Amino acid sequence: MASGEEDRTVEEKETNNKKRTKGAIATAWLTFYNIAMTAGWLVLAVVMVRYYLQKGTHKGLYKNIARTLKFSQTFALLEVGHCAIGIVRTSVIVTGVQVCSRIFMVWFITNSIRQIQNEESVILFVVVWTITEITRYSFYTFNLLNHLPYFIKWARYNMFIVMYPLGVIGELLTIHAALPYVRRSGMYSLRLPNKYNVSFDYYYFLIIVMLSYIPLFPQLYFHMLRQRRRVLHGEIVVEKDE
Amino acid sequence: MKHYEVEILDAKTKDKLCFLDKVGKVLPSFSLHWYPARQSIRLDPKGKSLKDEDVLQHLPVGTTATFYFRDLGAQISWVTVFLTEYAGPLLIYLMFYFRVPFIYAPKYDFTTSKHWVVHLACMCHSFHYVKRLLETLFVHRFSHGTMPLRNIFKNCTYYWGFAAWMAYYINHPLYTPPIYGEQQIRLALTVFLFCQIGNFSIHIALRNLRPPGSKTRKIPYPTKNPFTWIFLLVSCPNYTYELGSWLGFTLMTQCLPVAFFTLVGFIQMTVWAKGKHRSYLKEFRDYPTLRSPILPFIL
Repeated sequence: MASGEEDRTVEEKETNNKKRTKGAIATAWLTFYNIAMTAGWLVLAVVMVRYYLQKGTHKGLYKNIARTLKFSQTFALLEVGHCAIGIVRTSVIVTGVQVCSRIFMVWFITNSIRQIQNEESVILFVVVWTITEITRYSFYTFNLLNHLPYFIKWARYNMFIVMYPLGVIGELLTIHAALPYVRRSGMYSLRLPNKYNVSFDYYYFLIIVMLSYIPLFPQLYFHMLRQRRRVLHGEIVVEKDE
Repeated sequence: MKHYEVEILDAKTKDKLCFLDKVGKVLPSFSLHWYPARQSIRLDPKGKSLKDEDVLQHLPVGTTATFYFRDLGAQISWVTVFLTEYAGPLLIYLMFYFRVPFIYAPKYDFTTSKHWVVHLACMCHSFHYVKRLLETLFVHRFSHGTMPLRNIFKNCTYYWGFAAWMAYYINHPLYTPPIYGEQQIRLALTVFLFCQIGNFSIHIALRNLRPPGSKTRKIPYPTKNPFTWIFLLVSCPNYTYELGSWLGFTLMTQCLPVAFFTLVGFIQMTVWAKGKHRSYLKEFRDYPTLRSPILPFIL
């Protein structure tokens, strides 16, 4: 009887130990990940600033930053995995949508449509993303290290007010600039007749994507505003009924 | 007769909504502003709703009973939703079949496809939705009278949207018929018809489990109809047969949007089947262990 009880507490201790080690590994990995991402986007920022100081123009800048941008943004796919396995407590769907929209802009618009790579709108959204991501990843890093300077917290929850709309403008202008080239080349499109009896027109798809910003952007923006009120002012926000 | 004092509080704000001091057996639902279908009355603010049939005497309350009220929002009857969401695909598909103007190029207006499989597909699709409409009117016995109003918009978008998407390609002037020709179409039609009869048999069997006007739940068992023998292996064979029908239709039309619709439907039906299976297991101690939710032995 007594030994049975002891066995049980030993088992409990073992599971608790396992949980604690798993938690420690998760924290270590997340800290490494967030430091690496902060570094990646900082590099991007430095390259952009140096290029502009040297050349005085943004033409040709994209070619310089293309590889770093693609690498940093694609690596962010891991964040969906973090939510899925539960080491980060955010919705998988929300993270998934955000990362997918970034990947879409990088790979399916900017990377594949060469003619728009020197547009000002591209620089606009890349700059916005860089500032936002450096702030965000350093926020997570400091949080994990339990040493969060107030100015990072302030930046994370205030800069988006301006950055978010600017980023949206940059993205929309870029997609709009790409439209004529998409139409002319017929890229990523499937015409009838074919044995699958389906068709896909990338041109109209992009128009639908642009229109979808109208319902989606306000929702995400007001969500961030609510988060901000909660975190910075400790206001109790009554969420909508379930 | 024993009388109760009843107070009803709002589940969220805990405001006192109404106080009744001489309640007999039944709680009068007209005492609140909202119509009965919209009211959710419960013993615990976060608990499950009480049913219409629940009687005060049999509830775990003292002589003073406290209930919590939640407004379920505007409600709409299941029958209305079903009729609307099924009538849509029926009519929409026919519009594409008859090549009503402004869909395809003007030279094709009011022409018909030269492929006989397209006519067959139209008959199958229309038959399927006419069957659903008739079942809604004459066969199904619904446990809940109503559902939230916003569901009709969600459901109609799904059914009507997919119907238009499928119909556009099947009835398109540039439609490509199945690669394996008549063999493929004949096999597909057999599967489709078999599953339509199967699905109908299950609906009849489920209806016969429940006497008219009642909301009792019993374990369904195979009957003399061979199409119901699948109950031995599956909890929700109506969904199994429905999947089969749409697989047949996909094979018949060889159309990717149809395959996509089948996949999405399958995912949703699997979610429902798993839920139903779980509630069967919870409610009935002696539930047959060989049964799977939707696919025998697999899912």
